[in-house]
Amino acid sequence: MLHLVVCIKQVPDSREIRIDPKTNTLVRLGVPAIINYYDLHGLEEALRLKDEFGARVTVVSMGPPSAEKALRQCVSMGADEAVLVSDRAFAGADTLATSYVVALTIQKVEERWGTVDIVFCGKQTLDGDTGQVGPGVACRLDIDQLTYVEKLESLDLETREVTVHRHLEDGVERVKARLPVLITALAELNRPRRASLPGILRAARYQPIVWTTNDFPTIDRAKIGLRGSPTIVSKTWVPEPKQVQTEWLPSEDSAAAATALLDHLYSTDLPQKLGWA
Amino acid sequence: MAEERKRKPMIGLQSDTDWSEYRGVMVVVEQRAGVAKAVSWQLLGEARRLADKLESPLLALVIGHQVQGLAREAGYHGADRVYICDSPELASYRTRPYSRVCLYVIREYKPEIVLMGATYAGRDLAGAIATHLPTGLTADSTQLDVDDERLLLASRPAFSEKMLATILCKQFKPQMATARAGVFEALPRDEARSAEIVVVPPQIDPEDISTQVLGFVESLERVNLEDADVIVAGGRGLGGPGAFSLLKELADALGGEVGASRAAVDLGWIGHDHQVGQTGTTVRPKLYIAVGISGAVQHVVGMQNSTYIVAINKDSEAPIFRFANYGIKGDLFQIVPALAQAVRARRSGGLSPEGVLEPMSAAGRGE
Ligand SMILES: Cc1cc2nc3c(=O)[nH]c(=O)nc-3n(C[C@H](O)[C@H](O)[C@H](O)COP(=O)(O)OP(=O)(O)OC[C@H]3O[C@@H](n4cnc5c(N)ncnc54)[C@H](O)[C@@H]3O)c2cc1C
Repeated sequence: MLHLVVCIKQVPDSREIRIDPKTNTLVRLGVPAIINYYDLHGLEEALRLKDEFGARVTVVSMGPPSAEKALRQCVSMGADEAVLVSDRAFAGADTLATSYVVALTIQKVEERWGTVDIVFCGKQTLDGDTGQVGPGVACRLDIDQLTYVEKLESLDLETREVTVHRHLEDGVERVKARLPVLITALAELNRPRRASLPGILRAARYQPIVWTTNDFPTIDRAKIGLRGSPTIVSKTWVPEPKQVQTEWLPSEDSAAAATALLDHLYSTDLPQKLGWA
Repeated sequence: MAEERKRKPMIGLQSDTDWSEYRGVMVVVEQRAGVAKAVSWQLLGEARRLADKLESPLLALVIGHQVQGLAREAGYHGADRVYICDSPELASYRTRPYSRVCLYVIREYKPEIVLMGATYAGRDLAGAIATHLPTGLTADSTQLDVDDERLLLASRPAFSEKMLATILCKQFKPQMATARAGVFEALPRDEARSAEIVVVPPQIDPEDISTQVLGFVESLERVNLEDADVIVAGGRGLGGPGAFSLLKELADALGGEVGASRAAVDLGWIGHDHQVGQTGTTVRPKLYIAVGISGAVQHVVGMQNSTYIVAINKDSEAPIFRFANYGIKGDLFQIVPALAQAVRARRSGGLSPEGVLEPMSAAGRGE
């Protein structure tokens, strides 16, 4: 049977993150946690393949114990198993250290439930915003990566070939690859389903599998968490909020407003920068 | 069933520790069909400054098929030395063969900094090679600098653009970053400059090329918001898909693209590639005109760095006005057509009546 692994991350809902105007630091207290938006599209695609071909869908996540909630949500949507890798030692990981732990986890999942055919990730997370973990995991597992996928055109189980559409700045690329592959999902890929009633009931009883560093006998502690992260945040600052003095244009008469706006725009450096006559 | 390639997982990589030989700033040039992405030349411009500060050479790496011309172009845009790897197998971008070339060049020629555009291909490639090396990689930088210890200070937006963070990589070389398009300035192209060209033998392993690019469909309809100088964006205030044609007319007159809020996209009025904001595209055009958009934070984080912002909204309390250099309170259905007409008239020198004019987009774009 097809084995599909979906990587998800619980992230702070960034709409709720505010900057404390006095201290200029992020206020994270009380910010609700959600499943990273793009990861849900990865999960949905795995569930679609499960509907079509039959598959085992395993969801994995590295995160704090509270991320169990996110994993249960995936189970309520139709995932078969959910694994949380959680340990204080993983805290502070950058993308390199994260891809190490996620790849180890997928290897362990493979030992338990068989080799993986497709790994799904979101194209990036809302909080980290790098898009680097997917390629990192593919590289460590030594499987091909298909990033920024907006459509899964076909999966041929006979030839074990998958054809996808990759979204690029200037167009769409059709790519065919041999399984196993790692796919990173865009929002265009699908519309995530709602949880079904049986799913909700199952999720309520479901206890995600939790692995800690002790479950990985070969783990190299120099490669995890803050210590295993080559990048260091040396400084953060809040960019000066752009003090914009709005110039209001007269709006009783549309033509006059339009002319007034153009007069203003023409008095700036825009015409020169844009090559307007 | 076809035979499966044997996987050789690389979990547990070791790395060198003597970095003293690593010198030079390298930009990996991205191209399609022999045409470089603008961000590559922009990065060479910025990297020239970093290399001069470090008193080390500026290097470019050009990978592709029949890209000799590009190697010379890289020199015209500031590179001192250009590594070129040219082979039919490298005609279109694929992660494995391109990674192999990059890894070979990095190990052989030891640059201390490697930069790429934060494009789809650039992020795909950078993520793979940083893991292979391994080294630290900063995504999506908008400011680059170096300090006295030759450390790369790569700064990038964090938390939905609410903060900036400066990121360093002290223990590994090369220090890597991807950088956003449209942020840095290219040097003027100068044919008098000539770079040393170093030919790199192709590193093709048949196992690497099992992934096949079946085709590329350039979408003429596809908006390229990242590179647009002018964006006219519409929101729920448009009331339906039809009004986007008014915006398109204005955008065409200004030589720009049409953007949208998530509300308009979710209502199915326009495609997701038009969406600006946290879950859409982050843009920094020179002129952004927000029409019937209220200015929710998720929208604003994606456009607040535009040089000039104009807001058109019937509600003078709409938050978008706080970010707008110019505000027009009123009905978009009146104002947008009037503005399109005024632009056409102004840009034709005001001589001809609108309607008989050639579209401004043809004359205005790219010059
Ligand atoms: C996780 C998350 C991510 C999100 N990501 C994004 C994102 O990437 N991009 C994004 O845009 N949003 C995003 N949103 C949604 C965002 O919160 C807002 O809901 C959305 O931006 C609102 O779109 P709008 O301004 O078009 O609509 P509204 O807020 O409904 O505003 C419509 C405006 O049109 C004006 N108007 C109405 N009629 C007229 C008229 N005739 N003439 C002139 N003005 C008129 C009204 O006064 C009003 O200000 C996200 C939300 C979440 C929760």
